[in-house]
Order: sequence, then C-alpha cells, then structure tokens
Amino acid sequence: MLARLCEEKIRQVYASNELKTPVHLGIGGEAIPIGVGHCMPKGTKYFGTYRNHTLYLMLTDNTDAFFGELYGRVTGPGKGKAGSMHLTAPDQGLMCTSAVVGTTIPTAVGAAFAAKYRGSDEWTVVTFGDGAMEEGVFFESLNFACLHKLRILFVCEDNDLAIHSPGRARRGHRSMQQAVQAFECHTHSGDGTNLLQVIHATEQIKSQILKEQRPGFLHFTYMRHLEHVGPNEDFDAGYRPRPSTEEKTKSDPVANFQKQLVAMDCADDLLRIEVQLRDRIEASVKKALASPFPGPEELYTDVLAGL
Amino acid sequence: MTFREAINLAMIREMEADPSVFVFGLDVPDHKRIFGSTRNLVEKFGEKRCFGAPLSEDALTGITMGAAISGLRPILVHIRADFMLLGMNQIINMISCMRYMSGGKLNMPLVIRAVIGRGWGQSAQHSKSLHNFYAHIPGLKVVMPSKPQDGYSLLRAAIREDNPVIFLEHRWLYDVAGLVDETLKVPLGLTRVVRPGKSVTVVTTSWMTVEAIKAAEVLARRGIELEIVDIRTVAPLEEAKIVDSVKKTGHCIVADYDWVFCGFSAEIAALVHHRCFGQLKKPVERLGFAHVPCPTTRPLENIYYASAVNIIRTVEKMLGLDETDCSKDEFFSYEKNFKGPF
Repeated sequence: MLARLCEEKIRQVYASNELKTPVHLGIGGEAIPIGVGHCMPKGTKYFGTYRNHTLYLMLTDNTDAFFGELYGRVTGPGKGKAGSMHLTAPDQGLMCTSAVVGTTIPTAVGAAFAAKYRGSDEWTVVTFGDGAMEEGVFFESLNFACLHKLRILFVCEDNDLAIHSPGRARRGHRSMQQAVQAFECHTHSGDGTNLLQVIHATEQIKSQILKEQRPGFLHFTYMRHLEHVGPNEDFDAGYRPRPSTEEKTKSDPVANFQKQLVAMDCADDLLRIEVQLRDRIEASVKKALASPFPGPEELYTDVLAGL
Repeated sequence: MTFREAINLAMIREMEADPSVFVFGLDVPDHKRIFGSTRNLVEKFGEKRCFGAPLSEDALTGITMGAAISGLRPILVHIRADFMLLGMNQIINMISCMRYMSGGKLNMPLVIRAVIGRGWGQSAQHSKSLHNFYAHIPGLKVVMPSKPQDGYSLLRAAIREDNPVIFLEHRWLYDVAGLVDETLKVPLGLTRVVRPGKSVTVVTTSWMTVEAIKAAEVLARRGIELEIVDIRTVAPLEEAKIVDSVKKTGHCIVADYDWVFCGFSAEIAALVHHRCFGQLKKPVERLGFAHVPCPTTRPLENIYYASAVNIIRTVEKMLGLDETDCSKDEFFSYEKNFKGPF
C-alpha cells in the first residue's frame, strides 16, 4: 500500500513541475516485487529496472529519501544525481536499477556468482519486463547462471508492453516459460495481480531450488495501469483497448489484496494503516521540498573512488 | 623477462595476495593461454579462480560489474580489444556511471584486459585499440603499458585500484624482454619520460613508444635528440611532463596507436597548443593509423600503421632537414619472430 500511495502522490504532484525527471510508475505491478520479496531472507541482493519505486520502498521503507531523490535533493540515495530511474540502496539490498532495458540482468548474475565464489548461500533476485527477454543479454545471462548453477531468481514482470508495442508485435514465440525451459533452471508462470499467488509461487520455486541448485525463472503477468512514463492514463492513445472498470479492478493487486483482508475482518486496521501512510507521505514530501539541492561541488563527487 | 611473463607474474602475485581476485574470459584456460599471459593460473589457483566463459561478452562484462560491486576483484580478459565492443553497453551505460548514481556507494574494483594492435595480417576486426573511446567516458581509467616493467607494475596497480580499469596490451609487446623489479610500485595516472632530449618532444602510446625509441636512436646519429614521453595512463591524464617537455623543445609530435581523426592524439595536440602556445615553434604533428579499415595484405598493412620511419620523416620535415639515410638500419619486423597461425 505504501508503494501505491506513493505512486498516487507522485501523480498528484507531477503537474507542479518540481520533479523534473521521468517517472515510470508501478501502479498495477506492486504484487510482484512485494510477493517475491516477502519470501526472501535478509541479505538477499536485488536488481531492478527503471520501474523501481515499489522495490525501493519495499526494501528501504524510507519515504524521506525516496521523495528526496525524486525532487532532486541531496537527501536522496543518489544525492539527486540518480533520479527515479536509477534508485539504489545497496546497504538494504537494492544494489542497482537501470534505465536501459536488460542491463541489470548480467549484473545480478555477477552478484550471484560472487555469492557462490564466497561460499555464501545468499540469494539474488533480478526483476525485468517482458521486453528485456528479447535482448540477447537476457539469454546470455540465463545461460551463464544455469551453467554455473547460481542461486538467482529471474523475475519477469510481464505487462505485455514495451512502451507502446504489444508482445505479439515483437515475439517469434508464444510462451516465455517455454523459451526459458530449454535451459537448466526451475520455472513458473502465473498471475502477478494476486499477492498470495505470487508468494505461493515464490515459496515453491525456492524449495525446488533448495532441493536442486539451479536458477529460478518466475514469470508473472500484470496490467500496467498508466502510461509507460508519466503520471497519466493513456488508454485514449489507442495502442491498447481501454479496459472495462471490472477488468481494471480485477487487475489491481492492491484492491485484490485489500478485498481479501477485509473478508478476514481487517477493514479497520487497513483504514488505520492507510491514514498513517498518507500522513507519512505528506510529511516526506514537505521535507523533500524543504531540503537543499546538491551544491555545485557535488557535480564532481562520486565519479571515481579515492577522489 | 618478457612482457607476457610480466603480465602473468602481476596476476599471480595479486591472486596470491588476495583471494577475491579471479580471472576469466573466452579461452583463458585453454592450451594457448591468451598468448601465454594466463599460464599457470589454473594450475596454481584452480578452476574457481581462472576459468573460461561462454561467447557472451555483453553479459560477461555485466557479470564482471556484478562481481565487483559484491566485493570481488574480477579480471575479464579479451584476446582482442575488438571483442570488447560487444560489452560497450555495460562499460559505458553501467560500469562508468553507477558509482556516480549510487551516491558513491557502489565500488567497482574491476579490470578489463584486452590485447590490441597489429598482429600478423590480422585485418580490420583484430587490430583496434579504441583507448580514446574509453578515455572519453567519465568514470573509467585507461592504461597502456609499453614495456615489461610497466606491464607488471601497472597491472598490479590496476588490480588494486578500486575503480574500473581498461588495460590495453599491445600484441607485439608480448615478446619484448626487459628488466622487471617485482618490488617496484608504479601508480596509475603518471606519464614517463623515456628518453630525455632537446630537439623534439614525441608523445607516445603503447607500441609507438617502441617505434619512437628506434627513431630516436637513428636521429641521435645526426645530433637530433628526441624527448619521448610515454603516456602509460591515458585516463586520468598527467599533463605536467608533456607540457614541461614541449616548453623545453618547442616542437611536438604525437605518435598515437590509433586512427588520427578524433583520436587521443587530438586531445594531446589541443593540450599542447593550449598550454605551450608561446613556446611552440611549429604546430603539433599527429601520427597514427591511416584513416581506412586495417587491410590484411602485408604491403598495405605496412603503410597503414605508423612506424619509426614515419616519426623520423616527420621530425625531419618539422626541423627542415633532409632525409636521413636509413637503408642500413634494421627496423622492427614481426616476421622475424613469428610465422603463424594467428
């Protein structure tokens, strides 16, 4: 919910033109990183994409730093130099996210390799979209990980879009899972809009991996509710049909989970949590707006170690 | 010892000292051992620390970064610098800038070694250097040794360096022998005055240092003393010795191991024109490859690459002298040492 409320807040404030950076919002896809992350032990290393707000908030719970970075302030994890597309929090496990499709996939394999090299049983998780699976580097990375039997979860967040281009216009095959099954890894494919299903699938693949050490490939479908980049819906653009209200609600992972919680008599708790989170977010946005930008000397810092 | 032995020894010493150092890449452990530079590494340290890789240079480069940010010190090896191009996305879009965007939290102590330059009829896809490409990008260090001692000391420094280092080794250097003092530490970021002189400053990279030394020998016979400044670290560049030298000689030739147009030699020429404007007696001259793809056939290859004779002729033109008779001089020829296969 924190992720959803933060993204909604960004939509609200975007028009104020204070953010001045492209934002790729995760509305509709929250269940995937959160479901997978729920199953992973402390010390797991995560790698992601430019659509990383959910991952960042899940791992850091830090709305001050989050809005600091988005508003370009020195209080952000990148001191304002990273922006929304490259959020990191290495101390809390978010090693690297990137704006170029597919580029963190081999990095994640390198981290998983390092874990094996050191004799550690640490896990590595890398999330990427369906478009990344067309990049050669995905199969190069998968191949290397399978060759070396690395402890890594490749998580495909499949919204069937590469910006505006649908999967059927880009792919010469019909099944992501089958494309990967030729490699020596465990695979699963399922619905990414149901949090409990994501958790269950992740637990299953984890136990398969613990029995037989090979990489895991999790493929989850979801609907990207908004435009590729920016705060608005763009169903009028015409590259995909406008979903009915029912379809939209059904594909909303936050609404889905809330329904399940309400059925378990948690409605009051939910309301309380929501109020707390909204207050936190308000406070963080205020704090960010009052925080300083990085000074001109920061332009030259952090390029190389030792300077 | 030879340059190949020096490179090999540097890796052995660093791998002995630090268990987080490992070497990998295509064909690293095969019987040829990257022109011999990875000899004995598998035998001494095992397959865990020296291993071959699938033909996936893009991913391998990303894996190198992933291992580096996870506390290891990887050395990725390319038998040819041309193959490094497959990893450019990772080098330029990830390795060079992720430290900056992580607020300095991601450190990348990695080395990418590649063999550059002229071989034996290697042609257009096995002959590049491209040190200017990497030097152009903030966040990368670029090193080009030109003799065994520097090969040894600079590679050890590169492995200890907490930043990404592109380490480019000329193929012909591999057989060149020289004294190597194992205890001598040479930091990255320093040029070297190879040979003092008062007539003309010749700024060189990699194999051109060897060619310039030969040119200096020939010209010394008629009283022309070249001062050779070997760049060694292309980025970060030490300007001082270059500037001091040209202020002294008033003449500068840049002999760069690359194409001239938009090459690193342009950077040196700009630097020298800017900082030595009052002392220059002639504009800076630049030597390098002919601006064509590298041909295979020997007669064309011989004029494609700049050599000691080109340096000699350029000096003579610059100083208004008639040509030295070099007909009795023996210039370097790879044919003497090498008969194939690659």
